[in-house]
Amino acid sequence: MQDAPALRHGWRPSWAVGRIDWRRMRSWHWPGVLSRSLAAVLGGYAVAALAATALALWLPTSRAEAVLTGTMLSFALYAGAVLWVFAAASALRAWVGLLLPAALLGALVWLGGGAG
Amino acid sequence: MKQGFRQCMAWLHTWSGLLVGWILFAVFLTGTASYFRGEISDWMRPELHAPAAGGEPAILAIETLKRLAPDSPTWFVFPPGERNSELRVVWRNPPGKPTPPGSRGFGNMVLDPATGEPVTARESYGGEFFYRFHFQLHMPPLWGRWVVGFCAMMMLVAIISGVITHRRIFADFFTFRPGKGAGRSWLDAHNALAVLALPYHLMITYTGLITLMLMYMPWGVQAVYKGDRGGFQAEVFGVAPPVRRANQPAPLAPVGPLLEEAMRRWGGPPGRIEVQQPGDASAIIRLTRRDSEQISSNPQTLTFDGVRGTLLGASGEPGAAAATRGVAYGLHLGRFASPLVRALFVLSGLAGTAMVATGLVLWAAKQRHRHARAGRAGFGLRLVEALNLGTIAGLPTAMLGYFWANRLLPLHLADRADWEVYCFFLLWGLAALQALFWPGLRSWATQFAAAALLGLLLPVLNLLTTHRHLGVSLPAGDWAMAGTDLLVAAFGLLLGLLSWRLFRRAGRAPVTRPVRGAGLARAEGA
Repeated sequence: MQDAPALRHGWRPSWAVGRIDWRRMRSWHWPGVLSRSLAAVLGGYAVAALAATALALWLPTSRAEAVLTGTMLSFALYAGAVLWVFAAASALRAWVGLLLPAALLGALVWLGGGAG
Repeated sequence: MKQGFRQCMAWLHTWSGLLVGWILFAVFLTGTASYFRGEISDWMRPELHAPAAGGEPAILAIETLKRLAPDSPTWFVFPPGERNSELRVVWRNPPGKPTPPGSRGFGNMVLDPATGEPVTARESYGGEFFYRFHFQLHMPPLWGRWVVGFCAMMMLVAIISGVITHRRIFADFFTFRPGKGAGRSWLDAHNALAVLALPYHLMITYTGLITLMLMYMPWGVQAVYKGDRGGFQAEVFGVAPPVRRANQPAPLAPVGPLLEEAMRRWGGPPGRIEVQQPGDASAIIRLTRRDSEQISSNPQTLTFDGVRGTLLGASGEPGAAAATRGVAYGLHLGRFASPLVRALFVLSGLAGTAMVATGLVLWAAKQRHRHARAGRAGFGLRLVEALNLGTIAGLPTAMLGYFWANRLLPLHLADRADWEVYCFFLLWGLAALQALFWPGLRSWATQFAAAALLGLLLPVLNLLTTHRHLGVSLPAGDWAMAGTDLLVAAFGLLLGLLSWRLFRRAGRAPVTRPVRGAGLARAEGA
């Protein structure tokens, strides 16, 4: 997968350098951006949904409270996942960084009996 | 790496904000208008008068429902409150009875609070239209809510990444450099508006997601309750499932003593009265406390036996998470707010709207500045500029036009309420056409001027078309009417000042346009 375009070219916001070099922006590697966008929107949602479910199943409170806590927190986790995806050094790292917690959370959900 | 991280966040901030900015602008502006949902609805039905001395409206409404919907399994009565004079009744139609399409099995009627008789007010969605629009965009509800939810999530990402990007968050709060080129002043305005009300922006975005969280994130309920949404609701809110009909006729207990009991416990009348299985031995009556009396939107209820009138139970104290959700929901709606707090909410909402608008204009200004040397604006820039003009200037024009349509459309027009909405979209469409075919500073100025006229002249229109104009409503303390007139006019004044500035700037800018599709950015970049 492609490196983050922003990092490869050292692109800085225009207010940091005065102006944007458009030719460099043109040469962005769109597969990398597309891959990250998919990871952010779909992968981020999957991680958030799994986290909400795992918290709902495992938090040591009443089940209604656990469900509410997990569901309310999930949006913050979603936002965190999106930030991670676009901050990671490469699109590949971004995906791996999502899939590892997803696998862990998935295992927790499975153990908690939420999958059946 | 640290520098790199901030660059990534700047990139993310730009694109997450730009791609959904126009929808966010519409959501913010109509959402801010929704703080006046009750007042706008009252304004749009000038035939309804403030409650005159008469019987207790809730008791009158129950008597009317006995005649209107004797077979209904559930009645709801919404008595007039401090902020709206409307007495509304809603009832569930009995199963198996054909109902008009679109009513979802419910009947719905506005009653005269003094007599309890159905009133013949003009058909209008009132403030309900802006309120619905701000979370479902006049689309099919499911689609609209998902679209708005996606945009709200993008907003949350844009806020967090924006804060990270913004090193000088404290210093920039005091920085404003008007008249500097290349979008400097747009950037300063964007920063100031964002930082000024940052807690509000974060709160309103997150709590907005929480209001519909069980739709966006149903997986916790799904896993723990195996999809039993009703069981979940019952556990969280202590709401018992609907009672089953006993099929033994029994008269309904008088509501008066129950209202007195609610008054004694809460110090105020209930905001909602629900009657299940009226006229049956199984009937129950549930009173819900007004949501203006507490921040949390978690309902406080008293449930009575509907035949004997004895108290069956009161809602308990919610758990920590349920209380958190209730407060989050209540904060988003802002119905608890006293006039001063509400004014701050409205100002913050407007600041949020302006923050989104300046962000969009800022992007275009920077691009235009760069393109100025290339000599030709790219498709992306022209698209963004057209969308900016059509949304930022077009939506306020359309919203104000909706108020005019309410007064100008014939009273007995078929589907009148829908026609008001068509007028809204018609005006918005015209604004979008102007943005597409005549982009440029002059179009910004004329659209804001049109919106300003619509706003400033609204009290005059009200004077010409109703008997509840400012000369009457102000001395009478009729705040729904007078307040709407005055606030809309004030909004018009604001737009007028904007338009005046833009006209002056357009006068200075060269008339011949070397670059096609010059926008607000032109004068900034010049």
